[in-house]
Amino acid sequence: MMIKIAIKNLLGARLRTILNVFVTAFSFFLILFMSAMYDGMLQHAKQVTMDTEIAGGAYWHPEYDPLDPMRFEDAHSTLPSEIQSLVDQNTAFPVLVSQASIYPAGRIMPAIMKGIKPDQNIVNMPTNSLSGHDDISIPVLIGKGMASDTKLEVGDTFTIRWLDADRTYDADEGTVVHIMDIENFKLDMGHIWIPLDRSQSMLSMEEEATYVTYKKGAPQIHKTEGWIHRDINYLVQDMEAIIEADKPGAQVMYVILLALAAMGIFNAQVLSIFRRGREIGTLMALGMTRTRVVGLFTLEGGLNALLAAAATLIFFGPILYHFGVNGIPLPIDYTEMGMIMAKRLVPIYTTGLVVSTTVLVSIVVLIVSYIPSRRIARMKPTDSLRGKAVV
Amino acid sequence: MIKLIIFIYFFAFLVGQSKEMSVGDIIKTMDDNLNAKSRILTSKMIIHGRRASRTIESKNWVIGTDKAFTEYLSPPREAGTKMLKLDDKLWIYSPQTDRVIQISGHMLRQSVMGSDMSYNDIMEDRPMIELYEATLEGSIQIEGRDHWIMLLTAKVKGLSYHMRRAWIDKEYLLPMKEELYAKSGKLLKTSTMDGIKKIQNRWFPSRFVFKDELKRNGKGTEWVIDGIEFDSDIPESRFSKARLRK
Repeated sequence: MMIKIAIKNLLGARLRTILNVFVTAFSFFLILFMSAMYDGMLQHAKQVTMDTEIAGGAYWHPEYDPLDPMRFEDAHSTLPSEIQSLVDQNTAFPVLVSQASIYPAGRIMPAIMKGIKPDQNIVNMPTNSLSGHDDISIPVLIGKGMASDTKLEVGDTFTIRWLDADRTYDADEGTVVHIMDIENFKLDMGHIWIPLDRSQSMLSMEEEATYVTYKKGAPQIHKTEGWIHRDINYLVQDMEAIIEADKPGAQVMYVILLALAAMGIFNAQVLSIFRRGREIGTLMALGMTRTRVVGLFTLEGGLNALLAAAATLIFFGPILYHFGVNGIPLPIDYTEMGMIMAKRLVPIYTTGLVVSTTVLVSIVVLIVSYIPSRRIARMKPTDSLRGKAVV
Repeated sequence: MIKLIIFIYFFAFLVGQSKEMSVGDIIKTMDDNLNAKSRILTSKMIIHGRRASRTIESKNWVIGTDKAFTEYLSPPREAGTKMLKLDDKLWIYSPQTDRVIQISGHMLRQSVMGSDMSYNDIMEDRPMIELYEATLEGSIQIEGRDHWIMLLTAKVKGLSYHMRRAWIDKEYLLPMKEELYAKSGKLLKTSTMDGIKKIQNRWFPSRFVFKDELKRNGKGTEWVIDGIEFDSDIPESRFSKARLRK
């Protein structure tokens, strides 16, 4: 009975209802879409990092800190026997990290020089391009961003200067053998990749490495001899923190959108109580309790949320679906800005996200519908019948 | 008469001996010329960049090869910056941050004030005779002056440059030109000196030019000695860390 009256009243309001529903639906759509974008970004960044860098996890030399290049010169040693056995079984590969200075076109630039096994297939990097260059002194693999910074192209040579294990300067010519288009900026910006055996002999660090990356599902080593095990959760935590840090900005926008929708509904409810005084008085005179009248008005407001959900599905559903399938092409390459971002960003709509957004929007709409309706409880039916507004 | 002839022959032999110095003697004399018991000097470092040059004035107090204190006097941006070297440790005080930081490890590779010299280059001033094995490669005349060409190969581990080639003036016994090589034999840096003057019974240059040879179009860094005083008394307190903040 109540729901029938509520629907009838809602449909009777025509343009006011349409506007309220549209604003709420638009807010609903934007909140859903932006949250899905963040989830998509995080998921993509995680996936790319795991594909290209982390694989199953890593074992770090105790002195290794990727954020402190000053300590690279101490972060190397031969591999502990159990980790070495993983490498021998091709379930892991070692990387030797050192600092270097490069001189592309005669300009000096600092670089992180990493020696990697060209035949590794654990991470998705074109390291095989480093093999088979016996005629080249130092074959070098760089990323697109680094190539753009250094203005280097495939076949270009440049001087690399480094300090060996004895801290004596050495220098030789490197030749770019491949430029990789990799989304993971951490492997690109400021990095040069060379064959592991070459870097070991250049640095006088035979059989030594800085960290070892292992395949997904590789058995965990217990006797690490001081080397530190880093699992996926540890290795992606920085990225998660960056995205989490960006979320408050988006949440402010959600609040603004929700406030817009809520204000529309709130305004409609206040106006209803002023303009529908006689109707309220008649309902109460006919025996409807004040609580039920309040319930009716709250329900009318609440139905806005339901209609908004349906409108979102009908009007914005196809847009959400389109972006979900095809992604959104990004106008600029964020890799150079130090972000792991796909060239087409695909939002991810999870059940949790849809349910939580629906619940949030509904609660907000119900609250703003209820607050003005409470005034009905203070109305006298006689005054209402005479058309006197609530004070 | 016979005695006189024998004396003349003997004297000529002695003179001949002194002109044919051994490689070790040449290096040692060169070290003695460049290093002193102590020295106080004021100098200008002119750093030539791609577009403009900067001049940094400083005053140095040095005892032997282990202790050195530098105070930068100008330009205003650098004035008040101080450096203290004790053995193989180096500290820098910056008045902007009011902090003393120790330069170590890879930071020693960084350039000093954007010049072509690294902190490592400053740090390695132990006598060459202790660090390098010298081989005489030959003699050459440069601008009418006789020079020895000496190849110096590292005999101790941990030196920045594995090999050096020096053109040593036979009269001044100073390396007028030096080439510094990487382990692979690649030329990394060159240094030249000129304006040689006799100061307190030793030949000493008044201008050095350092150049990073890997930088294309680089014009190098000049180090001009405005005044130098050898073997003066420098109080030990000059080389305390507390002095950096004063």
